[in-house]
Amino acid sequence: MNEKLAISVDDLTVAYNYKPVLWDIDLEVPEGVLMAIVGPNGAGKSTLIKSILGIIKPIAGSISIFGKPYDKQRKLVAYVPQKGSVDWDFPTTALDVVLMGTYGSLGWIKRPGQKEKKAALEALEKVGMLSFKSRQISQLSGGQQQRIFLARALVQNASIYFMDEPFQGVDATTEIAIINILKELRKAGKTLVVVHHDLQTVPEYFDWVTFLNVKKIATGPVKDIFNDDNLTKTYGINYKVAVNK
Amino acid sequence: MSNPQLEIQLIAAIVAVACAIPGVFLVLRKMALISDAISHSILPGIVIGFFITQDLNSPLLILFAALTGVITVILVEVIQKTGLVKEDTAIGLVFPTMFSIGVILIAKNANDIHLDVDAVLLGELAFAPFDRMFISGMDMGPKSLWVMGGVLLVSITLLILFFKELKVSTFDVGLSSALGFSPVVLHYGLMSVSSVTIVGAFDAVGAILVVALMIAPAATAYLLTNDLKRMLVLSVVFGVFSAIAGYWLAHLLDASISGSMTTVLGIVFLLVYLFAPKKGLISVLYRQKQQRTEVSLITFLLHLNNHTEKSERHINHLQEHINWQKVRSKSVVDLALKNNMITIDNHIVSLTEKGKEFTGKALDYILTNRDDKIENIKDDFFLFRG
Repeated sequence: MNEKLAISVDDLTVAYNYKPVLWDIDLEVPEGVLMAIVGPNGAGKSTLIKSILGIIKPIAGSISIFGKPYDKQRKLVAYVPQKGSVDWDFPTTALDVVLMGTYGSLGWIKRPGQKEKKAALEALEKVGMLSFKSRQISQLSGGQQQRIFLARALVQNASIYFMDEPFQGVDATTEIAIINILKELRKAGKTLVVVHHDLQTVPEYFDWVTFLNVKKIATGPVKDIFNDDNLTKTYGINYKVAVNK
Repeated sequence: MSNPQLEIQLIAAIVAVACAIPGVFLVLRKMALISDAISHSILPGIVIGFFITQDLNSPLLILFAALTGVITVILVEVIQKTGLVKEDTAIGLVFPTMFSIGVILIAKNANDIHLDVDAVLLGELAFAPFDRMFISGMDMGPKSLWVMGGVLLVSITLLILFFKELKVSTFDVGLSSALGFSPVVLHYGLMSVSSVTIVGAFDAVGAILVVALMIAPAATAYLLTNDLKRMLVLSVVFGVFSAIAGYWLAHLLDASISGSMTTVLGIVFLLVYLFAPKKGLISVLYRQKQQRTEVSLITFLLHLNNHTEKSERHINHLQEHINWQKVRSKSVVDLALKNNMITIDNHIVSLTEKGKEFTGKALDYILTNRDDKIENIKDDFFLFRG
């Protein structure tokens, strides 16, 4: 484990209409981990990610990315939103969606050029979608759409990747392809934070885990803290069956 | 063609283009109704602006009225954010209130103002050439031509500068925000441009028809393309075509120009809605019918695949067994024969090699649900094209 902190969250509280959805969260994520955020529906998993990325304004607390506020570190961070959060009937192609990943480094007004296009094509190849580059995005299957989103994050060439349920609604092949890419990224020293639903696969896919249910229950290495005790605390029911190792 | 005729068509075309551009983004953001709200709410802004400037084409009046439009959008959002009413209800509450304030202001000051409610609702393009702009005594053409030309120029410049930002914030708000392109700034930018455009077009086409000019070209173009740039170009083409065709329709019928323009827009949309090659109604219905037949075909082939015994493969037995009506059985058998998937020998149906191969592939796909299994048969069959 690297000593450097990739993400540090202090006393974070987020509320929708004055109802807290995240309550006094302290979280430190070391650099170079592949971390799952797990917790029941409504636990605030997506909200936590969105707050770190400045998409939602918290009512209290502070967040830093490698020791500085997110605004200053934008270019170090890539984000994969939930697949269902966008309209896939939008008139655009797979390549064009991936190109959007380059917009951040371009800044306002400047258009993507040959360099950006080349990077986007490479990212498409990495996720095995190069032959679909001109396909209209509504003509892609759920798994293919998720790969496009992953390619869009890859093209950002970030140090930290946030992913909101990248395995939702994808077939088994795509799931394996995605997790292999995530593991490759970790090997390259990147930090990955993934909202994850399938508890069965946590020990196999991840090396770090955060249990969340409005409050933070626990965070740390999977081998130390992924146990029945924390699962029960998080989900409120006995999870013995789920993690028979 | 006389000079005023040409001028009217030119103004109509420029109004159409200026409306079509923000219209594309409103349609893609599912905010079409907001244009309706803005177009009605700017009325009090126009009336009050007129009290101050005494000139319906003054840039100051346009900015003032456009501000009312933006305030409307903010009001709708504020009401909606309380969580007590939904967005459509909030829109339905705000714009009639604003509009009626405008109507009362006009009625109370009818003597001082060259506005009547008819013109407010429907506009009056025919009079546009009468209000001319003079620079040191030189006739520079109709004022509204200059006003709308200016609005269009600003709108196109902003579109070119911020195309990528508008695209990403329309497609994916979360990413746009994470990348540092504030969706709030872009939203209000778009709302401001829409408001200015609507105010500029108001004089020519009125509060109700301006909505059609914003929404119809974009909705029509959406059915024809999968590319945002092409959608913008097509919207502009449809807008200009309807403006000019509408002018001549009005000429022919001796009717309202703006009414005729909108009618043409409606007809163009209807034609595209019915006949668009991929997203058109007829094409969709045809595809559905094909898919039904193809599902039947696969069911039929799978049945043949599962049964080697002759008694199960007799043509009459098949009809009874799969429990289809005669017409359907016949069309399915014909389709299979046409594709060389089966042979019929003395009323006994057998799969050909091609039929076996296809059935195998289809089965593979049905069992695994893996996309790569069907990439190569997608071209031949509607069923697998999603």
